[in-house]
Amino acid sequence: MAERIIELRDIKKSYGQVYALGGVNLSVDRGEVVGLIGDNGAGKSTLIKILSGVVKPTSGEILVRGKPVAGWSAARSREAGIETVFQDRALAVQQTIVRNIFMGRELTGFLGWLKVNKEIEEASRLMREIGFTSKVFTPQSIVGQLSGGERQGVAIARAIYKQAELIILDEPTTALSLTETAKVFHFVRQVRASGRSILFIGHNIHHVFDIADRFVVLDRGKVALTADRSEVKSADDLINFMEDVAHPGGLPGLHEGVDAEQRA
Amino acid sequence: MSKAMEPDLQSPLGGTRGAAAGKEWNHPSDHWLRGFVLDNRASLGTLAVFVVMMAVFMIANPTVFTTWYLYSSVLTTLPVALFVVVPLVFVVTCGEIDLSFPATMGFASWVFALVVQAGYDPFLGIAAALVTGTLLGFLVGSLVVYGGLSSLIATLGMNFLLRGLIQIINEGKSTALTNLADSWAYAIFSSQVWGIPVQIFWAIAFVVFSALLYNRHRFGAQVKVVGDNPDSAKQMGIDVKLVRVKVFVFTGIGAAIAGTFSVMINFTWWPTAGDGYLLPVLASVFVGGTPTWGGIGTVVGGAIGAVTVSFIQTGVVAAGLSGFYVQFFNGLIIILSLLGHKWNQARYR
Repeated sequence: MAERIIELRDIKKSYGQVYALGGVNLSVDRGEVVGLIGDNGAGKSTLIKILSGVVKPTSGEILVRGKPVAGWSAARSREAGIETVFQDRALAVQQTIVRNIFMGRELTGFLGWLKVNKEIEEASRLMREIGFTSKVFTPQSIVGQLSGGERQGVAIARAIYKQAELIILDEPTTALSLTETAKVFHFVRQVRASGRSILFIGHNIHHVFDIADRFVVLDRGKVALTADRSEVKSADDLINFMEDVAHPGGLPGLHEGVDAEQRA
Repeated sequence: MSKAMEPDLQSPLGGTRGAAAGKEWNHPSDHWLRGFVLDNRASLGTLAVFVVMMAVFMIANPTVFTTWYLYSSVLTTLPVALFVVVPLVFVVTCGEIDLSFPATMGFASWVFALVVQAGYDPFLGIAAALVTGTLLGFLVGSLVVYGGLSSLIATLGMNFLLRGLIQIINEGKSTALTNLADSWAYAIFSSQVWGIPVQIFWAIAFVVFSALLYNRHRFGAQVKVVGDNPDSAKQMGIDVKLVRVKVFVFTGIGAAIAGTFSVMINFTWWPTAGDGYLLPVLASVFVGGTPTWGGIGTVVGGAIGAVTVSFIQTGVVAAGLSGFYVQFFNGLIIILSLLGHKWNQARYR
């Protein structure tokens, strides 16, 4: 069995009286692409925030490479080799590409002084590797001048620096053109080929279906389905299942994992 | 990225390579001078405002502006302002504001005066003032950041509170420090070299160090990112609150240095020490080209802004106008500078 990069056990998160997550189990193995799907309000964003350490779970356990971790935080998550490309890209638009790529992980030498030239060098290397280069911008261009796809490139470049073991892509294809979407898919395949893992979150089920090895469907804060690629025949299967989950009783339960009574 | 992926890059999706290899990055301003101007447009704009203003003054009264005395008097008081203008650029870049620095100046220089009056070496007094400034900066910063208060209102409140404490305890009485003139500390920090007040050299060193801190150090990089997008900074593992507290501590230290210098210049500590600096210092930061919305700024621009603001008062009077014109010109320069910067800077948020 492949090494388990990260595992969430019975993660719960409540905001006051409202439960965003009601006991989620999720794991990602080395070299696999996990597609996470779910309707608005299913708890996808909360789950990503917990994985990236921005939000702390109310209860539950987080295991990195089989070992439980204490004091989970954004910095700890990045140290563990988990990088997140957030839906809003999480870029500081008034800063240069370099400053964004090294945000929170500045290359410093003596007493915290920046290694400016090294940073520029590394940034151009990263941008070249993922094919986000252009004649009109340099590593020292301001991110606010870039297009949506180029900004996505900066966010991805930031994620692949330091050989992250797991890259979380939150709605990476939203608001991107067809060519830019193709670039993102190309990138996902590259990462898988290099033996690293991806958690791919998407609204577009066809996109997720095309790229993922395993699917996790989230519904109202719970995992409604976990299925391997071989178990799902087509994207329509997934869509039907999600409609089924969203409107229980409309169709007879076709799939495993749903406990109608528990939800009621 | 690992070597295993390299061959993939030659695919059509990998972007245009080959002929353009080695020259993928093309700056629109490949010429170094054009790049320099683009990168420093805010501070160069401020410099232009200063040059134009001085030209107008000189045309109005050429003879006064050739006398050294005029510049000497500005160079005596300007350093005090510089020590607070520069940290405030960090504060404003971080998306905050600090109105409590005048009281911190008064408080830290009071501690300095007490130590010197008690007969201790002025160096010890400077150290005590720096510790006081650091602690007050930490107090104000913690109140704003961990108390979750608006920095505008909370620091205004702290300014009144600390100044009030000084007034209550001193009941308006000043402290004369006559023995200061014979000390080593005075010779090093407040005497004259070739007729130039020596404190300006310390202030310039402080500006240069801070400009490096701002542009070439992790602290400056994180201050800018936090001011630009605090949510992203947090997501990338930056301790946003700590960075915010640090900028207030930096201002506290700057205010302590400024307060100590102002006492050394006058040989006297007044309970109102620092009060007059509030508005000119704030004006200098914004005249210097640091915008109000955070994320970007310029230390050198702020310093030039301070020079500009210092010269307004002296210049107006020296140009032969009555003192009643000073405020009018202050306002005019501020408004013109803001309009200039708005035209000069692209805003991305």
